[in-house]
Amino acid sequence: MTQSNGKKNINLTLKVWRQVGPNVKGRLETYQANNISTDMSFLEMLDVVNEELIINHRDPIAFDHDCREGICGMCGAVVNGRAHGPEKGTTLCQLHMRHFSDRDTVVIEPWRSRAFKIIKDLVVDRSALDVIIQAGGYISVSAGGTPDANVIPVPQEAAEKAMDAAACIGCGACVAACPNASAMLFVGAKVSHLALLPQGVPEAARRVLKMVQKMDECGFGNCTNETECEAVCPKEISITNIARLNREYIKAGFL
Amino acid sequence: MNWLLDIIESSIGKKLLMALTGLGFCVFLFGHLAGNLTIYGGKDAFNSYAEHLHSLGPILTVAEIGLLVFAMVHILSGIFLFWGNLKARPQRYVINKSAGGRTIGSRTMPYTGFLVLLFVIFHLMNFHFVDKTNTTIFQIVQNAFSDPIYVGIYVAAMLVVGIHVSHGFWSAFQTLGANHPKYMPLIKGLSICFSLIVGMGFGFLPIYFLFMS
Repeated sequence: MTQSNGKKNINLTLKVWRQVGPNVKGRLETYQANNISTDMSFLEMLDVVNEELIINHRDPIAFDHDCREGICGMCGAVVNGRAHGPEKGTTLCQLHMRHFSDRDTVVIEPWRSRAFKIIKDLVVDRSALDVIIQAGGYISVSAGGTPDANVIPVPQEAAEKAMDAAACIGCGACVAACPNASAMLFVGAKVSHLALLPQGVPEAARRVLKMVQKMDECGFGNCTNETECEAVCPKEISITNIARLNREYIKAGFL
Repeated sequence: MNWLLDIIESSIGKKLLMALTGLGFCVFLFGHLAGNLTIYGGKDAFNSYAEHLHSLGPILTVAEIGLLVFAMVHILSGIFLFWGNLKARPQRYVINKSAGGRTIGSRTMPYTGFLVLLFVIFHLMNFHFVDKTNTTIFQIVQNAFSDPIYVGIYVAAMLVVGIHVSHGFWSAFQTLGANHPKYMPLIKGLSICFSLIVGMGFGFLPIYFLFMS
């Protein structure tokens, strides 16, 4: 079908993972997504499918989403085997339907990891990432009067690297894409962004030991340097942060 | 020593053990290959290299025990990591596609590792635990490699070792925290070179013998 502005709408066959609850067996179900504008985002396409399901008194597909601007880290699903879909440096909400062709079959699955329980359909419980943050992903500050700006000098390069690491939105794509379901890129980013700054140094050793211990307890896998995480990360966070995590861990453990 | 146990039991600790023992094996491979190249110097050169090596006596025994310990650590931590990684994703994806990060080496690490272990046992039975009275190591090697089946097994094994090392070498540096945009491209390049040197360096020797016989 052609729109008035000359753009083509597309029809897709969706195979979506449906699972009623955490301990219930799930399966792929097939739906038709018809007349989808290529200007839609992936989530808007799911909205259209859900509207039709609701009209037909069927259970809509549950999926996580919030800002739909690619900055909150709520959305995410594995699309045709790739976390957040086929585009690089993109969250699922920022993936547009122009990257699909008419009559494509699109398989949509939730993040799969022992540490992320499926709540319903594509919604997973990622609170394991929060638990890791609670274990040490913070700095302690003395509350008091407003400090003067720039009292603590931070080298420009360190500030940039810390900012790059802090770009992590905790979406969990690294875990989903890792063949071992490891959370090392997430933990690497969180440890790096604090360890690189002077404010994070006093607690650096305790932080890395606690966060890694918690990561292991949560049931994430072990990093085998497959670098799939880096390839799917919507914020394109580098595995140099995993190397820094390893360095921080060695420093904290042995020095 | 609780602190040390805590480290070793952690995921990063087990990986550190893999990295250190793996790099140890890379050094060993380098030495082993350098020694084997004396084969091209002829029968006497190779036999005298072997004699010199065995004249080291207790040092050689210590080195052998060291290699055995390294192998045990590498294998055991590998098994623990592999098992942990299987458990970390109880339900697999229906469709699984690489986003471009994985290589043939990284993808096959546990399997190539297992094949290398089988090969090492086979290799030691061929050339190490054999009766060496009234014969020389050159003769033993020459006999073995006059058989095309042995040559095939050895060449295939060297291909597997090369694939294993292609991921293992740079991976060890990454695990030890040595990754920087300044020198990581060099380490990755060295990783490919080293795997080619190991694969081809060892792999050509059986073929050389086959053609000589």
